[in-house]
Amino acid sequence: MIAVELRAMLRRPRTWASLLLLCGLPAIVAAFLAVTGIAPAPGQGPAFLSAVLSNGTLYPAAALAMDLPLFLPVAVAVAGGEAIAGEAAAGTLRYLLVRPVGRTRLLAAKLAALAAYVLLAVVAITATAYLAGVLAFGSAPAGALSGTGLAAVSLSGTGLSTGDLLLRVACAMLYIGACMLGVGTVALALSTFTDAPLGAALGALAALVTSQVLVSLDAAAAVHPYLPTRYWLGWIDFFRAPILWHDIQRGLALQAAYTAFFLALAWANFATRDVTS
Amino acid sequence: MITTSGLTKRYGRVTAVDGVALRVGEGDRYGLLGPNGSGKTTLVRMLLGLVFATSGEIEMMGEPVPRRVHRVLPDVGALVEAPGLYPHLSGRANLAHLDAAGPGGRRGRRARVGTALERAGLGGVDARPVRAYSLGMRQRLGLAAALLRTPRLLVLDEPTNGLDPRGIREIRDLLAELNAAGTTLLICSHLLAEIEELCTHVGVMDAGRLVLQRPMGEVRAPTGLVAVRTPDAGRVRALLDGRVERHDGERLLVRAADAAELNARLVRAGVRVLELRPERRTLEDVVLSVTGHGSDRPA
Repeated sequence: MIAVELRAMLRRPRTWASLLLLCGLPAIVAAFLAVTGIAPAPGQGPAFLSAVLSNGTLYPAAALAMDLPLFLPVAVAVAGGEAIAGEAAAGTLRYLLVRPVGRTRLLAAKLAALAAYVLLAVVAITATAYLAGVLAFGSAPAGALSGTGLAAVSLSGTGLSTGDLLLRVACAMLYIGACMLGVGTVALALSTFTDAPLGAALGALAALVTSQVLVSLDAAAAVHPYLPTRYWLGWIDFFRAPILWHDIQRGLALQAAYTAFFLALAWANFATRDVTS
Repeated sequence: MITTSGLTKRYGRVTAVDGVALRVGEGDRYGLLGPNGSGKTTLVRMLLGLVFATSGEIEMMGEPVPRRVHRVLPDVGALVEAPGLYPHLSGRANLAHLDAAGPGGRRGRRARVGTALERAGLGGVDARPVRAYSLGMRQRLGLAAALLRTPRLLVLDEPTNGLDPRGIREIRDLLAELNAAGTTLLICSHLLAEIEELCTHVGVMDAGRLVLQRPMGEVRAPTGLVAVRTPDAGRVRALLDGRVERHDGERLLVRAADAAELNARLVRAGVRVLELRPERRTLEDVVLSVTGHGSDRPA
């Protein structure tokens, strides 16, 4: 069933349209930066963007930082919200269940397809951004920022070798993937409650917006460590020397907890619910 | 094949299905009739394990449902309300997706899909996405999906919805052919003629209850009246004296226990008989006599 769902996900035009949009944003930004040569000052605009003019290989990190706050969560929430509710709305859910596909198996397959979509999105963004970065800004190290033989500069100022940088980008991708899977499972859980895919996606986004507002609110400091978006930017710490593990660990644990809770909720609801769509 | 007892489904205060004892025998062609909102679809969904009963038992092919529904469903083909199709995929791809989702491997999939399409009259279907299909083609594709893997039981909700008269005839012939080969049919419809033509057993639902369940032969019992058409209507009235229930031009409705005897008597008297036939109750009369208004017309 997992293979069936993966194939269905890859054959859906919406998958490719959303990937195109996700990869398009960094490409457009790269084009503007390359043409004008005006980079945001350090500390302003998306993370890493100030550094990319001097080194294109850091652009994947900048691209992830651009897509992370809004674009990527929206795409993942829509995909997650579509999972069960989309089948219900299309009238295909009942036919899958009487084929028969066990409800738990269907949910597991939907989760696998969602995880694959998240991974695909993050990899696609990184890969296209790397291409765009190297094409637009070149990969030659800028002497002012990095030492000889080093490809990039970590946020803390010390140099990073290319291999080290790739490893750190990969880690950042996985971390972001885990955060996005958290969003996806919220949408997936809501998707088992409604027959309207948009409703499920909106619900998940509402949860995110609420979380992000509360994160920026000092009055809500007491709940900050438990908000799903609190450690979203933790992946930036992979680019520090030495790597700051505290936020990364907290972030992963928090996402794991949210994912587990919403998966359990999705399962408990879907396995016992009347399918009337 | 299907036995339920005291099957009840409540949605909050509304009782959609109320104490239903359905019996469908192996090889039956069972027609389930009833006004809109009488609980037909909810009943069918409970049989398929989509909706969970509030109380009561279901047994299908000897297995309890929904507990062992996964053992039953591989032998069931279903069309529940409208066919559910992915609009961006072709008909063939839709069926392949469904086939792959079910148990059993990749081997023979192409052949299974091809056979199902062929049987539903879509053998010549091209690679157009389903979104470009007409209503009738979608309906046929839904039927093809139900026919995948040659089920022992077919549960069909309004199978001829959206088909033209020729299509309806084709599907009816197909269903009769499948039944002759051993497939049990459970067909929900509110098209009485369709059920009357095809089915051997009838169940009628009204307001959640199964108010009638009988073999078609009993339902359509003789009414004790004989319809006679003759140009000598006046002479018949004189001859039979008081047994003519109704008289309309050449047509008469005569109370008579034995149509053959009536015919012999008329002929002996020199009455020219154009047509003579014992009148049976129509399915429509029976259904209307046991059901109330559907839910689409609030009282």
